[in-house]
Amino acid sequence: MDLALFYFLLLGFAILMYVLLDGFDLGIGILYPWFNSDAEHDHLMRSVAHVWDGNETWLVFGGVILFGAFPAAYALLLSSLYLPIMLMLIGLIFRGVAFEYRFKSTTSKKWWSRAFSLGSTLAAFCQGLMLGALVQGVPANSISQSSLLLLTPFTLLTGVAVVAGYALLACAYLVMKSRGAIQHKAAQRGRALVWVVMLAMAVVSLWTALGSDQIWQRWFGGWHALMLLPLPLLSLMAARLLYRDLGRVRKSHHQARDVVEKHEDRPFWLAVSLFVLAFMGLLVSLFPALLPGQLSYIDAVAPDASLWFMLPGVLIFVPLILSYTLWGYRIFAGKVEDYEQGY
Amino acid sequence: MDLDSAQLSAILSRIQFAFTVSFHIIFPSITIGLATLIALWEGLWLKTANPLYLQLAKFWIKPFAITFGMGVVSGIVLSYEFGTNFSKFSELTGAVLGPLMAYEVLTAFFLEAGFLGVMLFGWQRVSAKLHFFASCTVAVGTWISAFWIIAANSWMQTPAGYVMVDGKFEVASWLEVIFNPSMPYRLSHMLLASLLTATFVVMATSAWYLRRKQHQAFARKSLSMTLWLALILAPLQAVVGDFHGLNVKEHQPIKLAAMEGIWPEREANVPLLLFAIPDPKNETNHFEVKVPGLASLILTHQWHGELQGLKSVPKEDRPNVPLVFFSFRIMVGLGMLMILIAVAGLWLRWRGTLYQSHWFFTLCSFMAPSGVIAVLAGWYVVEVGRQPWLVHGLVRTMDVVSPLPPERVALSLSLFVITYSLLFGVYLYFFRKLIKKGPPSLDELQQLQIGVKASGYAVSFTKALAADTPVAPTATHSEGKI
Repeated sequence: MDLALFYFLLLGFAILMYVLLDGFDLGIGILYPWFNSDAEHDHLMRSVAHVWDGNETWLVFGGVILFGAFPAAYALLLSSLYLPIMLMLIGLIFRGVAFEYRFKSTTSKKWWSRAFSLGSTLAAFCQGLMLGALVQGVPANSISQSSLLLLTPFTLLTGVAVVAGYALLACAYLVMKSRGAIQHKAAQRGRALVWVVMLAMAVVSLWTALGSDQIWQRWFGGWHALMLLPLPLLSLMAARLLYRDLGRVRKSHHQARDVVEKHEDRPFWLAVSLFVLAFMGLLVSLFPALLPGQLSYIDAVAPDASLWFMLPGVLIFVPLILSYTLWGYRIFAGKVEDYEQGY
Repeated sequence: MDLDSAQLSAILSRIQFAFTVSFHIIFPSITIGLATLIALWEGLWLKTANPLYLQLAKFWIKPFAITFGMGVVSGIVLSYEFGTNFSKFSELTGAVLGPLMAYEVLTAFFLEAGFLGVMLFGWQRVSAKLHFFASCTVAVGTWISAFWIIAANSWMQTPAGYVMVDGKFEVASWLEVIFNPSMPYRLSHMLLASLLTATFVVMATSAWYLRRKQHQAFARKSLSMTLWLALILAPLQAVVGDFHGLNVKEHQPIKLAAMEGIWPEREANVPLLLFAIPDPKNETNHFEVKVPGLASLILTHQWHGELQGLKSVPKEDRPNVPLVFFSFRIMVGLGMLMILIAVAGLWLRWRGTLYQSHWFFTLCSFMAPSGVIAVLAGWYVVEVGRQPWLVHGLVRTMDVVSPLPPERVALSLSLFVITYSLLFGVYLYFFRKLIKKGPPSLDELQQLQIGVKASGYAVSFTKALAADTPVAPTATHSEGKI
């Protein structure tokens, strides 16, 4: 395998890790308006307070891998998507500091709840918008054109889809990490979100395939459709199982029975696999482009000296990072306890 | 001055970068030092079992957490701003700077973030030793992060180890890139600056308590510790700063000329200007207050040593002289004040009146922001002094800005100004609130130790409690939380 492809896949891995990890974490913020009391909001925030920083680091990692391995793409992509990136950053700032200040505030608590929820939603929406803009193809001179051109029906749809997707991840996460009323509500809302997300995925997929001959050929030319069939099929299966598991959790609450542990943990992994499958679908459509229609990873790749220099770092530290991140998650494994001491 | 829209956009991008990076550096300068101090206190507590050390660690971990949070969110912005606002620069230097930043994320950011969760929230989930390990790891993470970002910045000051291929930078030797001529000086100067910044924040806080006769034992301990630290660090910083200055003289003589306000092409017997108002238009200084020959002595170690002046290069190759000149004086002045306070502290200690000197407490309390201000001023000397270059002598800042429409940059700049002003106010408000609340009482710490000594015990105990009382959260716990 050549180095450029390796870094392209590494970039994909970083983005996927970011989407999964910060996905449930931004999703918690997106779910905020559905929960009412301060105690519930405390609980939601506490469920991610110890991991949000690490989760967001994957976004920085994706950024610097793009910078180091594909500098031309880093330059073109970021300056072309200027406004959505800036708005995303502002959103991330507000929701990030809300973690620190909300727990320490008394009178301003409701403002920090709002900052957390609006910031999370704004960041997620901008990410979806940028995804849509990329899939659709950013025109070559877009940097000098109005940013409003980025707002198309398609990008609005992908924006909403990502918000809904993150919210679904968060619901599944809460089913795993909470008990009682919060778990119940998360299961209920999660079921509705499964529908929304599946519908959005279907529309976005069809729209993408119909929108470009090349992508159409990728999916439906020759034997491709048959070979790629597992992607949509597995997605449907995952969605169905997820829907059923969430239903069982809901039912247990209705009948005031204990929730079976399997049904508490599995939804999260099913939601994760939905995201992984969708990501693979995206890869099928766009490979080998970094900026579809303009720049492939091969055109943008950095000189060998840079790629070789980063290689030992990546090979040593990425496994290390994954292991201590996992260790961190294990230390805080199990349900979130509301009476635990902070710092 | 008439500006076309490209120039306007470039200037707005530069203002935005200056603003966001200035805002950001405030927080790491505090956290690098504070993380180190917290790890030190935790270690001392484990070693001596003196609860005062635990009290110190537990108290400062809260201001640390909010400062760290501010650093994280404002730092993410920077990692994207190279691409959004300086796209041509990113393309030109990406092969050199990108991998350095990638190493920063791989070896430092993840490490800090991964262990911060345990450091902040893990008191009852891990053993005391493991917690100490987590705190140390966070501290080491902050140093490693400084190492890489300083390497990248220093390369822009004193580029080395590169070749130009098709007008872009490529790396010939990574060792030369990382350990470029100014890197060791800048790194030690910055790490010391961070330690000093945190030292003076802690010193000011303890002096403030003593002045108000609060938390006496706690405040005496930390005042005494920080005064000793300052006594070592502040003079050491002056020495390192001197070496750094000599390095600037060798590699960036025009920056040095701006720092010292030297106009003639070459000047021997250069006076040290204590004060002056540099006048770039007429290429001279007004209202000079000077010590004859001293600048020559400091910089060449000879009374008659010659230095290169600003007029040796055309006007368009000079930085903004007054800004560099004044920033340098602010930094050095604050550094001198720090040494003075450390020495005064030693003198009072020797006389045995350290804890009775009200005036000294007042003086120390006012030093709280001294480190941050000195760091900012120092970075202005470094960064403004390098202008008009982005990569010294090779890439001009104005040539490598993204060709964005000015109104788009104006919009994002306004958003940052509003957001950051708001957040800075909030940060100060909560910092003050935490300081006013004071350290946790020793009783409270005793309770905590139950969890620390037998990790897992506290959790299972409270779990059992919760099973009896389904809705346990809210009031009582949020009290313990703040």
